[in-house]
Amino acid sequence: MSVDWLSILDAQSNVDESLEPKLDKGTLEKFYRTMVLTRMFDDKALKLQRQGRMLTYGSSLGQEATAVGSAFAMKPDDWFFPAFREHGVQIARGIPLSLLYIYWMGSEDANLTLPPKNFTVAIPVATQMLHAVGAAWAAKLKKQNIASVVYFGDGATSEGDFHEGMNFAGVFKTPTVFICQNNQYAISLPREKQTASKTLAQKALAYGFEGIQVDGNDILAVYSVTLAALEKARSGGGPTMIECFTYRMGPHTTSDDPTKYRLAAEVEEWKKKDPIKRLRIYLEKKGIWDQSREDAMTKEITEQIEKAVIEAENYKPAVENMFKYVYAEMPQHLKEQMDELQVSISKKKGE
Amino acid sequence: MSLAKLNMVQAINLALHEEMEHDPTVLVMGEDVGVDGGVFRVTEGLLSKFGSDRVIDTPLAESGIVGTAIGMAVSDLKPVAEIQFEGFSYMTIDQLAAHASRIRYRSRGTYHCPLVIRAPYGGGVKALEHHSEAVATFFIHIPGLKVVIPSSPYDAKGLLISSIRDPDPVFFFEPKKLYRAFKEEVPEGEYTVPLGVGKKLTEGEDLTLIAWGAMVRVCQEAMEQVKDLSVELIDLRTLSPLDDKIIIDSVKKTGRVVIVHEEPRTLGPGAEIIARINEKAFLSLEAPVKRVTGFDVPVPLPKLEDHYLPDAAKVADAIREVAAF
Repeated sequence: MSVDWLSILDAQSNVDESLEPKLDKGTLEKFYRTMVLTRMFDDKALKLQRQGRMLTYGSSLGQEATAVGSAFAMKPDDWFFPAFREHGVQIARGIPLSLLYIYWMGSEDANLTLPPKNFTVAIPVATQMLHAVGAAWAAKLKKQNIASVVYFGDGATSEGDFHEGMNFAGVFKTPTVFICQNNQYAISLPREKQTASKTLAQKALAYGFEGIQVDGNDILAVYSVTLAALEKARSGGGPTMIECFTYRMGPHTTSDDPTKYRLAAEVEEWKKKDPIKRLRIYLEKKGIWDQSREDAMTKEITEQIEKAVIEAENYKPAVENMFKYVYAEMPQHLKEQMDELQVSISKKKGE
Repeated sequence: MSLAKLNMVQAINLALHEEMEHDPTVLVMGEDVGVDGGVFRVTEGLLSKFGSDRVIDTPLAESGIVGTAIGMAVSDLKPVAEIQFEGFSYMTIDQLAAHASRIRYRSRGTYHCPLVIRAPYGGGVKALEHHSEAVATFFIHIPGLKVVIPSSPYDAKGLLISSIRDPDPVFFFEPKKLYRAFKEEVPEGEYTVPLGVGKKLTEGEDLTLIAWGAMVRVCQEAMEQVKDLSVELIDLRTLSPLDDKIIIDSVKKTGRVVIVHEEPRTLGPGAEIIARINEKAFLSLEAPVKRVTGFDVPVPLPKLEDHYLPDAAKVADAIREVAAF
């Protein structure tokens, strides 16, 4: 019961030329910029959270290659079902930064203008896997040439919905790509205590389809393997599970302290495998990146983020939206409850 | 429009046939719904007519059925998913409460979830454990989810068509005790019964009797025993959202109320109905509202089941007690 392992760009930025995807300069720069943007977006979110300006937040620090590499393998028409740590995918898929901040500052109104085929964040672990399988299944029934990509963590592989989703996908051969961000910890629980399976990817074999492990900090590998899985899915080859072997450099969310459950030495080891640094050296070796470009880009991204934060912090959701979107048509009891709240609000204002 | 005498199974089956013909995005999925035609034969004949892309025998996984149906529903299909027995509906609660019911809300209308879950429910058929329960309360408590329970073949067809056409998720409970209990005239062709609207089955002056599903028949039997009283029988038909108006208008007229349900008493639908009466018609009440319900115990196996369920005698006693208060 073994699965393949794919790595193209190693931790020292040596590239396996036999596997190296043929990407033009613009594409590589886009990969790099989006990874850096994701990291800076996360960093800003953490700072805002520490100042009480953001909700509990799960940073994707260290997992940027997994998110961005897989996202750029997708087509705009492919479905994207996130868990809650896929900021990099959302950014790559063109969801405005201001909307992402609005959501994590505490308003569903962020989703008012969600671009098509990007589903909402799923907080309950693994539940979104079934939705992705259903959407892929619908595409297959409608003979649409699209696939559905779903993200989840190592912890999700213990949930019932993971198994039901994988099983349905196998039985009905749905065009689904399962992307497991194995970042080694489910909050405090290490991967070894999550399952006795040698790999997570091998679970796919039990459901009758391919599972593959990939170096999740190697954007070239993540991109290549996702691209292949998506092409297979769209051409009727059924689902694939990709286990992206990566590491969560920060805490699970702003609410936990990772020093309680892992050693600093382990984190230091993973720092050497940083996905962004790895790509930067690769780009520098190719002669398409240097410090002056880096400085210009950083300045530009900083401004972009500052602008998004201002926009998000200025956003005030309408109270009616609490009631307006529960049903297509507001039932009588909700109208009454909305009126009750409005009266209470205007009384408070009058005080 | 021709009429045929149909039982509830046949009426639901007819509704499914007609809606699948009417709308190519409607599909049926669940355990044994295809080749077998459903364990109660509700989906019989659909597979041969519409094929396996639209009548899908799924693996045995209730969360999987509902979760994948959600993915289909947000992709503009209209899945009608069957849960084989109500006792296995608990596994659907996560997907319904965490997702189906709040997709419109969370996405602020970008996505919605036109999904119907059908399940037989209720006792009185001498079944195994987990096959005789009334579980509507769990689902009524989920904002964004509608809960519908028919009490007759005619309403079953019209309510199911409305449920399928509704843009929001609906849990459609079918009283299995009434599946083949009686036949009535059910028109062929399109008609709908609106969701969220109860029905007054008899006009009365002395007392309001509120029920739904299989308990409507029990109430009708009970009324035979209290013919000296003028009882207004209301079939709520939809438990979420509740038709406040039909309840409150009737209470204002009669001032006396008995509520009958199979669900256990504590936090059963009757509790919410009483609260609304208190809020909106308290001064019209001539007597405390009385509930005849299942007890707060697991539904017993068949040897004691009849003691658990409300029956005509219990309901008639309650009517007399409230009328005499």
